[in-house]
Amino acid sequence: MATTNIILAGFGGQGILFAGKVIAYAGLMEGKEVSWLPSYGPEMRGGTANCSVCVSDEMVASPLVINPDILIAMNTPSFEKFIDALVPGGIAIVDSSLVDAKTDRTDIHLFQVPATQLANEKGLKGLANIILVGKMMKESGFVSLDGIYKGIDKSVPAKKAHLAVSNKQAVELGMSL
Amino acid sequence: MAERVLMKGNEAMAEAAIQAGCRHFFGYPITPQTEVSAYLSKRFPKIGGTYLQAESEVAAINMVLGAASAGVRAMTSSSSPGISLKSEGISYLAGSDLPCVILNVMRGGPGLGGIQPSQADYWQATRAPGHGDFQVLVFAPSTVQEMVDTIFRAFDKADEYRMPAMILADGMLGQMMEPVSFPEGKADTQKEKPWAANGHGFKRKQNVINSLYLNPAVLEQKVRERFERYAQIQKTEQMAEEFMMEDADFAVVAYGASARIAKSAVVAARAEGIKVGLVRPITLWPFPTDALQKAAAQVKGFLCVEMSMGQMIDDVKLAISCSRPVAFFGRTGGIIPTPGEVLGEIKKLAGGAK
Amino acid sequence: MAVVYEKPKSLSDAPLHYCPGCTHGIIHKLVAEVLDELKIEGKTVGVAPVGCAVMAYDYFTCDMVQAPHGRAPAVATGLKRALPDQVIFTYQGDGDLAAIGTAETVHAATRGENITIIFVNNAIYGMTGGQMAPTTLPGQVTQTTPYGRDIHTAGFPVRVCEMLSTLDGVAYAERVSVDCVPNIRKAKAAIKKAFTAQIEKKGFSIVEVVSSCPTNWGLTPTEALQWLRDNMLPYYPLGVYKDKTEEGVR
Repeated sequence: MATTNIILAGFGGQGILFAGKVIAYAGLMEGKEVSWLPSYGPEMRGGTANCSVCVSDEMVASPLVINPDILIAMNTPSFEKFIDALVPGGIAIVDSSLVDAKTDRTDIHLFQVPATQLANEKGLKGLANIILVGKMMKESGFVSLDGIYKGIDKSVPAKKAHLAVSNKQAVELGMSL
Repeated sequence: MAERVLMKGNEAMAEAAIQAGCRHFFGYPITPQTEVSAYLSKRFPKIGGTYLQAESEVAAINMVLGAASAGVRAMTSSSSPGISLKSEGISYLAGSDLPCVILNVMRGGPGLGGIQPSQADYWQATRAPGHGDFQVLVFAPSTVQEMVDTIFRAFDKADEYRMPAMILADGMLGQMMEPVSFPEGKADTQKEKPWAANGHGFKRKQNVINSLYLNPAVLEQKVRERFERYAQIQKTEQMAEEFMMEDADFAVVAYGASARIAKSAVVAARAEGIKVGLVRPITLWPFPTDALQKAAAQVKGFLCVEMSMGQMIDDVKLAISCSRPVAFFGRTGGIIPTPGEVLGEIKKLAGGAK
Repeated sequence: MAVVYEKPKSLSDAPLHYCPGCTHGIIHKLVAEVLDELKIEGKTVGVAPVGCAVMAYDYFTCDMVQAPHGRAPAVATGLKRALPDQVIFTYQGDGDLAAIGTAETVHAATRGENITIIFVNNAIYGMTGGQMAPTTLPGQVTQTTPYGRDIHTAGFPVRVCEMLSTLDGVAYAERVSVDCVPNIRKAKAAIKKAFTAQIEKKGFSIVEVVSSCPTNWGLTPTEALQWLRDNMLPYYPLGVYKDKTEEGVR
């Protein structure tokens, strides 16, 4: 049973929930079963935000991810909260522009990507989240690039369809790192 | 089947209501059900439906009462504290034999409680959704797709039995996104409602929608007739899912969101060689007594898992006449139990019974 | 022999349960006459309150819905939204409309809900045996104000027409009385105007009828009417408080 469990976490406003939706939609576009479970409440207003995404060959039972296969962390509190929960052999992708990533774990794959800095430099402001998704794609490969592109097309609201192009650029940038 | 799209549970229920022919929604904002209102406030003006943000939950449920009296499919949506406010209207709807659909996207209580997912309104929904002798149909979907399917069923069954139907969801199901497709050609299965108060036009006798019977003998008779209907419903409308129950020695019983968690725990326990299955009530009233009795004939013990201090466990024990031990594991206040915690309880149950 | 008077067709043959001398019977008759004259009984749904008029569904022959206490304007809202071309009215007392149902009343009014409210103000809770109402006058003795309504502890009466007339959704608000024949005629004209405004989709309309409760006031019917004139009318002046029935509210 191939199931990939992902936690994305960071500050509200960093596009954590959106990045999770892109991944979930990518899985759906490839015919997989998916779930997307957000944290909700006042933390949306600038506090911490996180979401659980499951992509599976079977119906997702618990949509609540406790021990993720993949962690995408965009702030230090989130990194500290979830890094020890990562499964052995799991993948942690952190925005090193924002996260002081210190861990004693040697049984995981830790990738530090200065995503916020890169986004600002490459004219992709606000898309650090998607750069990290690109890096996740490269390191895990559990969905295809085509799937992610379709996921972006499905996730970008119709009124902001023009943003799909820059989102795809951000994925490519993340994959090149 | 149509294309599968990712939707939040709350939005999916709202879209399903539209497709089921509902054009009248009366609500009041409360977390975590707000997307239902937001979705309908966007869609209804474009398709000639009524979205009305009422001055209170009390007003909203009574607007539902008015619209239901007129014979249309009407719905309201709220979360736990708001359902308490609606309980007056729910009692009147039941006492007036009116169909409607009520969504409760449960959050932690009592009082203002919290806004995280909970299942602590089970007793309220199944025992006392308002004052007086009555029941409402209570459905407990556990996936977003099932939320959609349940909306259609709830409207149909409410109309068929002329009684309110409640969908007992929770903040987790309401807020999460999963793939859904909407059944084609199933929309709008409304029947004629010759009892509706919509203006007699001098073509029929006066219709009165009423719950007042000052003569106790008449009131008793009315209630008895309603309970005959309830008895019929208990025979024909029970729904439950049995998961990995074929050879199970133990059964976890859980509904809604906690059934999702329990399912993961059951799969994990099976991987460790424990013969455990899941009985998942889909209707909470009528409670799926038949499925529980069937399980009781087979298993050594039950584990009831809820996001409460233990409410459905009463019905589990009643259903099996306490013929097997029923253990309980629950988290409350907005905490979702983890599959690991439930697995630990399954191991205790399986170990203890050896 | 020429027929000079007939019971309105929109009133049933059921004997009214109201107390001797109660003015509900007059007000029922006026509403029924208006339904007859406007030929709308067949397209009307009435909403009965909780209070003395709770069994209004036995008396009016149009379709009727019995509402929870105070919620008649919300029930009427649901009916009207489902049946925009039918005529929807509520018939409510002072406790129902101006105490427990204040929110529903005010918000139906401010939404400009195209319904008609017949509001019977007799300054007391009649059905439960004569307790203080939101419209009980200062100093007025009731079962729960045995020393007279003390404004220091029980506050002041609500003047409903004055209050609602400040709301943009209200097309028509008039206070009338049924204490004498000329006033009864004016009351009927007001009720007719309110229903007509609804038929013409002008917005929310309310007719407040200052009324008597001989039983709970502890007076004979004629004394009660005199008490009404001497005490209620000075506090609740009759007249039109809002009239946008020409232009409508929106």
